Amino acid sequence: MSIEFILLTIIGLSAYSFYISKKKAAAISAINGAEIHSQPYYHGMYAAFLTISPALVLLIVWSFIEDTIITMRLRDYFSDITEPSIANFYIQGVINFVDDVNSKAMDHVNFFTATEYYKSTMHLNLLLKSIVLVMLTIIALRYSFKLISADFKARDLFEDVVIKVMNIASIFAIFITIGIVLSLLFETLRFFESVPVQDFLFGTHWSPQMSIREDQVGSSGSFGAVPVFTGTILISIIAMSVAGPIGLFSAIYLSQYASNRVRSFAKPIIEVLAGIPTVVYGFFAVITVGPFFREMGIFFDIEGFSSESALIAGSVLGIMIIPFIASLTDDALSAVPRSLKEGSLAMGATLSETTTKVIIPASFHGIVGSFLLAFSRAIGETMIVVMAAGFAANLTANPFDAVTTVTVQIVGLLTGDQEFDSAKTLSAFALAFVLFFLTLILNVISLSIVKKYREQYE
Amino acid sequence: MSIEELKVSIKNLNVFYGEKQALFGINLNIYANEVTSLIGPSGCGKSTLIKCINRMNDLVDICRYNGQIMIDGEDINDSSTDPVSLRTRIGMVFQKPNPFPKSLYDNVAYGPRLHGMTNSKEDLDELVITSLQKAGLFNEVKDRLFEPGTGLSGGQQQRLCIARALAVNPEIILMDEPCSALDPIATAKIEELIEELKEKYTIVIVTHSMQQAARVSNRTAYMHMGELIESGLTKTIFSNPEHIKTQDYITGRIG
Amino acid sequence: MNNILSRNNAEKRFKVYGFLAVSTAIVLLGILLFKIFSTGISAFNQSYIGVKIEINNSINSSEIDPRTELRQQLRNMFPELTTRAEKRTLYSLFSTGATYEFEDLLKANEGKTINGYYYFLASDDVDMYVKGTVKREGDSAGRLMSDQLKILDQFEEQNLVELHINKYLLAGADSREPEMAGIKGAIYGTLYAILIAFITSFPLGVLTAIYLEKLAKKNRISDIIETNINNLAAVPSIVFGLLGLAIFLNFFDLPRSAPLVGGLTLGLMTLPTIVIAARSAIKSVPPSIEEAAIGLGSSKVQTIFNFTLPLAMPGILTGTIIGIAQAIGETAPLLMIGMVAFVVDIPGGPMDPATALPVQIYLWADSPERAFVERTSAAIMVLLIFLFLLNITAVYLRKKLEKKW
Repeated sequence: MSIEFILLTIIGLSAYSFYISKKKAAAISAINGAEIHSQPYYHGMYAAFLTISPALVLLIVWSFIEDTIITMRLRDYFSDITEPSIANFYIQGVINFVDDVNSKAMDHVNFFTATEYYKSTMHLNLLLKSIVLVMLTIIALRYSFKLISADFKARDLFEDVVIKVMNIASIFAIFITIGIVLSLLFETLRFFESVPVQDFLFGTHWSPQMSIREDQVGSSGSFGAVPVFTGTILISIIAMSVAGPIGLFSAIYLSQYASNRVRSFAKPIIEVLAGIPTVVYGFFAVITVGPFFREMGIFFDIEGFSSESALIAGSVLGIMIIPFIASLTDDALSAVPRSLKEGSLAMGATLSETTTKVIIPASFHGIVGSFLLAFSRAIGETMIVVMAAGFAANLTANPFDAVTTVTVQIVGLLTGDQEFDSAKTLSAFALAFVLFFLTLILNVISLSIVKKYREQYE
Repeated sequence: MSIEELKVSIKNLNVFYGEKQALFGINLNIYANEVTSLIGPSGCGKSTLIKCINRMNDLVDICRYNGQIMIDGEDINDSSTDPVSLRTRIGMVFQKPNPFPKSLYDNVAYGPRLHGMTNSKEDLDELVITSLQKAGLFNEVKDRLFEPGTGLSGGQQQRLCIARALAVNPEIILMDEPCSALDPIATAKIEELIEELKEKYTIVIVTHSMQQAARVSNRTAYMHMGELIESGLTKTIFSNPEHIKTQDYITGRIG
Repeated sequence: MNNILSRNNAEKRFKVYGFLAVSTAIVLLGILLFKIFSTGISAFNQSYIGVKIEINNSINSSEIDPRTELRQQLRNMFPELTTRAEKRTLYSLFSTGATYEFEDLLKANEGKTINGYYYFLASDDVDMYVKGTVKREGDSAGRLMSDQLKILDQFEEQNLVELHINKYLLAGADSREPEMAGIKGAIYGTLYAILIAFITSFPLGVLTAIYLEKLAKKNRISDIIETNINNLAAVPSIVFGLLGLAIFLNFFDLPRSAPLVGGLTLGLMTLPTIVIAARSAIKSVPPSIEEAAIGLGSSKVQTIFNFTLPLAMPGILTGTIIGIAQAIGETAPLLMIGMVAFVVDIPGGPMDPATALPVQIYLWADSPERAFVERTSAAIMVLLIFLFLLNITAVYLRKKLEKKW
């Protein structure tokens, strides 16, 4: 008797419910002719729904409750341990032991008693669960069967259920956002318990190395994130300076100058740049762009040209951003009504003058919006900078220096050995929270700017 | 009777959109300081014809044409002719008013600034005011010159577009159904304006309304399915047309 | 107008800038693809060295230790190598995989006499030299020392150094030895993860889109949901990785490195994309069809599922394919939830630890051995080709959609 078996039984019962309900409804309609309100199919579906839902809901609730209660009970065995995270470690050890996993927790005096308790309780729990859930399902089945009659509005009820399910599905999207915000916020606040906010936001020394031993509390690292932020911004600015002109002029050329044939050929090719995974760009930065820039550095006698410089990472990031700017700007330019373009040309303006004096001003909001979105994309990018930029936080505006970014730090801090409570790990969440917040603001501003420009034409 | 000076001469013009021929052997003379109107049922090619005069059809990829269009005796399709400077001699007013999303002032000043027509701010101001006056709009908007051009009513917007076109001092003004998006009062104002403008400019107007043609134009050309059926003095066309097709259109037998 | 000349020149210059911009973008793409494909193609071949094997059929293969026996065979070829150092140099030319290949050879020829030249996997240093990636400089070539080269030269003189198809790359799992490293494990990992991502995001996304587009009243809540989804679509992927870390790994205690968690995380990431694409597809179904259905007595829900949805399906699928293609290429979220494990076994199911193809590419790119460079490129080639096929399918679907009306 395992959880899968229970689930299968419940599903089986509800399928059975569908079958018999459909049959009953069909029988009724055969007697009454066409007077039955809903088709047998709907009776079947609704009955199946009624059969399965009480059990499913109870199962989910039960699972949550059982976790909490078991954990509480197990904690009693380890009441001598005061530090909650360490106690959790021992509790986890008991739970894992059932799966034949050995751990240091076995050293504890009460360990084996705890495992015995756990095993027996889980058995009882499972037995109880199976009986209750199956009985509940059978009751539900009989009840739903009784409901079937010629007047019973099964189709309406079932469609209501479907609509409610879709409603819940759509709300799920909000839960994702809430999930992101809460999980980030929670850890960030815990981080700020050890490191003061102003140190983080305004400190200029970033060196998050922490001690490995559990009992060493207190930071021996510094968490001034300013150099990390400036690194991110520096690289993103370099990226925008590469992608901006190329993307903008490509969009102008393709939307105003190119013939349809050229446009249908060139536009998809530029879109391909957007489809290439960023890890490929990172690799490209390391094997081609990096050495190329180094050669140029030697050729032009530039000193202090780091192989992990912001310039290299920023340029490749810029290449990746080109299609964003090109495509969004193209949309903005194309949305300008043709009549404006014709009006200007009819007055003897050249196409370049029309573009710069009429079309671009008319689509300016849209262009600004697209640049903001592209910038937001640039600061959130991870793989290119992880592979091409440096790890050492360096407060500089020199593109030839190596800098690090928010995303690089997050990856660095959370891969490898993880200790979930140290300030080092938590700082990653704080960084992520800032990143999320910043990109969110950029996106909101960008969308509102674009909306404002669209209103101009309504 | 004033001397009739030939301004635009179109000889044997054929226009193709891809494989489809839109205009067949058009021959038409347009005289200076007159209003010539092009009438005919939908799709007969009036707009296409008018757009050949200022080479706006060049913007359409698939459009090709052969034939001769001469303005003041010079072939405008000659390779030495620059369409950009050609268009400064010809103004165009479109069916739907298309003011730029800039201020009224900037709308009118656009052309003069582009072509470097004035040397000082005062000259430019004067040019803007004069153009607005010629378009009969100045009094209505003189205290909101720096508000967006898109904030005016339909009729006012169209007059703004006319002022804009006048500001570059064209010789010819092409109007493509300029009143079709306007109400009768605005239409009347525009027609009044056309009457005044013809003193100084040569006007070609495409119109869907025979009555309008009869009201405003000196000469009328009737087109049907890409062919120029008949052209001549408006009086003659409307009272005594030569071709049966013209007659049919005018009497409403075909629309 | 005397400024016509300068204006025309400005026009020409402007047009040139535009053309240059487009060309630059296309050229950059070309350089990237060229570099990847030209370095990657060599990884599909592998260096093998021929060894003369003589084994009497009377020897029982189960009594033979492949490693020692292979070494014996090698020593038979080079009786002049006597010192331990010299012998070790000889062995070092071969990969540890050669031992397994020899084992397979013995098993295949159970009870038979073996007499002939058989080819065995060379080490990655030899491979790099043979392929020309590493050039000979003086006495050494890359990490090959002069004494190794001397022996290798002897093999070459006897024409015993050949390039065979690299069967490890596509059919094998990852390995510390570059010459034996393959992407099969990573491909399975990606497949499991994507499957789960699809199962998670597609139904949820389509239902949400239907609800928002057709059933929800236009009130504050639906506005909030809409804004939410649009914002989620622009959240950096690494944040989703952290979400997955916090919720799936820490809260739900799911196994780390499992494609299940990777799939769930990628699914959350793809959800907004699918919703947006599905909404757009549903919006473009002409209302006339729905009106006709309702006129025939169809209920709202029936109309949606019987008429609207099937008609919108090509558009929905196109958008989904594009979303999935993006998810396949994502690396950052998978790093966060730990699908970084160095896994030598091919995962049997979504719960087994695995890695994904883009993560594999990242790990290989980080490895110091020279031979991993071409393998990384080869793995990228596989990934790009697969993404290309996916996108072609999406384009094909879109064309099919356009034909409908």
